[in-house]
Amino acid sequence: MTQAEIKLCSLLLQEHFGEIVEKIGTYLIRTGTQPLRMIVNETGLLLDQVKKALCVLIQHNLVTYQLQKRGFVEYEAQCKRVLRILRYPRYIYTAKTLYNDTGELIVEELLLNGKMTMSAVVRKVADRLTETMEDGKTMDYTDVSNTFVRLADTHFVQRCPLIPETPETPDAPPPPAPMLVINEKDMYVVPRLNLIGKGKRRRSCDEEENGEHKAKKQKQDGESSEPLPDDGIYWQVNIDRFHQHFRDQGIVSAVANRMDQTSSEIVRTMLRMSEVTTSSSAPYTQPLSSNEIFRSLPAGYNIVKQVLDQYLTLLADDPLEFVGKSGDSGGGMYTVNLHKALASLATATLESIVEERFGSRCARIFRLLLRKKHLEQKQVEDFAMIPAKEAKDMLYKMLSENVVSLQEIPKTPDHAPSRTFYLYTVNILSSARMLLHRCYKSVANLIERRQYETKENKRLLEKSQRVEAILASMQATGAEDAQLQEIEEMITVPERQQLENLKRNVNKIDASENQVDETIFVLESFIESTMKKP
Amino acid sequence: MPRPLSKRCGAAAAPDAREAAAHARSPSPRPPPPAMAGRGRGRGRGQMTFNVEAVGIGKGDALPPPTLQPSPLFPPLEHRAAPLPGGEEGEYMLALKQELRGAMKNLPYFIKPGAPRRDIERYSDKYQISSPVDSAIDWNPDWRRLPRELKIRVRRLRKGRTTILIPKCKQRVALDKEETIKKLESLEKKEEEVTSEEEEEKEEEEEGKEEEEEEYDEEEHEEETDYIMSYFDNGEDFGADSDDNMDEAVY
Repeated sequence: MTQAEIKLCSLLLQEHFGEIVEKIGTYLIRTGTQPLRMIVNETGLLLDQVKKALCVLIQHNLVTYQLQKRGFVEYEAQCKRVLRILRYPRYIYTAKTLYNDTGELIVEELLLNGKMTMSAVVRKVADRLTETMEDGKTMDYTDVSNTFVRLADTHFVQRCPLIPETPETPDAPPPPAPMLVINEKDMYVVPRLNLIGKGKRRRSCDEEENGEHKAKKQKQDGESSEPLPDDGIYWQVNIDRFHQHFRDQGIVSAVANRMDQTSSEIVRTMLRMSEVTTSSSAPYTQPLSSNEIFRSLPAGYNIVKQVLDQYLTLLADDPLEFVGKSGDSGGGMYTVNLHKALASLATATLESIVEERFGSRCARIFRLLLRKKHLEQKQVEDFAMIPAKEAKDMLYKMLSENVVSLQEIPKTPDHAPSRTFYLYTVNILSSARMLLHRCYKSVANLIERRQYETKENKRLLEKSQRVEAILASMQATGAEDAQLQEIEEMITVPERQQLENLKRNVNKIDASENQVDETIFVLESFIESTMKKP
Repeated sequence: MPRPLSKRCGAAAAPDAREAAAHARSPSPRPPPPAMAGRGRGRGRGQMTFNVEAVGIGKGDALPPPTLQPSPLFPPLEHRAAPLPGGEEGEYMLALKQELRGAMKNLPYFIKPGAPRRDIERYSDKYQISSPVDSAIDWNPDWRRLPRELKIRVRRLRKGRTTILIPKCKQRVALDKEETIKKLESLEKKEEEVTSEEEEEKEEEEEGKEEEEEEYDEEEHEEETDYIMSYFDNGEDFGADSDDNMDEAVY
């Protein structure tokens, strides 16, 4: 784990889980697998605090444990998973676009709590939806369950590994740590639940006293009564599926930008058809025949079969090679080249970064090097049509930033400098890694700056919160406008200005973090695609 | 007379003389030690191990001056960053992000460090709502899925207590008292959760006393304090307010 990643992980943990969890998480990320005793000794925290923090981290799938042969348990932090915390808003927003508010809330609850049983999720989401509805209306549990089932069917949520059900002999002591297993087939099987009910709204004050006594009794009864039918079956968000969805979105929009709307729809159809048949790390989708694609096109698109064939031919001939032709049966078998598409997306990101950071002429040289692979100094000047001095300058700037690299080709075995070619080249993989590292650093800087800004204005923020609380309570008890005005004036105009500035800055920084996370996703997907062995 | 040195090291001044003296002591010819490689510094440009012309530094070109300090922390921006993409999606994700942050701070998973101990134990501490007890766990994980060593023991409430409390609740009308009762109850529960296996033995003795005391205290609290809790001000905030307005004298 690079220093930048560790720093970013520790900032994310601190913001979302507090300092104690952050200390333990950072220690585990830095030192690898450790048993409980070591963690307590090295971090200097109390045993109970460490236990609590480990429970929280395991609950959120950020730390895993393993029973070693000698009988003690070791804990390991998942650094990559911690970095995903940055992407939570994107997951929730995607769920909203696909499954509306219900889906959004289900995914949000699962992300906030790590793992939950289906009944608990359904209950909570129904309650939350009921609160937002008008008076008198409530959300039925069946609607929420249906959305949950749809999420499970499309693999967006998955089951967590289960405790093995093997009956232990009563003599043998239970193992110090359960070995959780999950069967591939069972991962998306929804348990049969009979969830009948409606969401509860938090009642107004008058009813509260009467209702609460009953509710208290009910709660006590409910906790001690028989366990729910899906006890022990926990669900978590399937992050890889979301990543697959983002990747598909990226490819479709790239095709739309390069060609037109219809071709992007065709590619979207092809990807949709291959969702469940192709694993997320496959280099290309299963071959699809042109007839199948024609049948699966969305209803709104009435294009003739011949036009579809023309589009497919165009897509297959495109130099970017998003779509490839793999055979002629069935009217032509076509696949989507996922790895090549990811490489193109990453390259486009690199080009755009070079252009924004160094200028358009540097970008021209960069694209030239990408196309021609290796060029000498003189050749760069000639091909790019840039005067020698400036070309030299730009090349050195990019070289010092490690965006381009030098390749030595000796003419003689003794590598004498005067008899060696020096060629400039761009190595996409290493540039991508370097930029990814830079992205992590940027996000860490952004978070630190945001925390600094908030800390600087802490007093002012607290004051404004107090004023708002006073205003709200006065409005509830019915006050005149003059009194409200007076209270609003407690915050002076320059203070208001300061608050506005603070809000604007914090919003900008937050939006930037989201933006950098998108770049991180593209680069990470590309690097991962090159690492997986087929 | 020092031996004639190689041409490279020819005209440089003092360092040469020293090394020449070193050379003079050893009669046999030896290849020049690496320290002498930088000899040409200052006289003509730095010699490199490879032909600099190939990289494009022609003869007589001025190189940028050597860097004598680490690069600045905030280098001047040559190109301004492109504006952020706005739009509905961006705004919604921004709002989501900020809401998530706020929500996570209130979840039981956010472990706050223990409250700092005050210098002296004060009488009002009994009545003030303090931060949650350090070693209690606020949520119920599924202990079957976690290693046994992580388990924090939770002691069950004695059933008798709940029946005592509920009738008492009905008698009181003031909402404030009910709130404090509930808060005290939850504090009790947490205090009882506070054991890990090691501390259990120590506390077992105190346990009996504690529970009796608390039950007793519970009733005492309801009768003793005729004052509404929230009105109690132990005077610590007096004078701690910022003295921005120095117009009026503080008496």
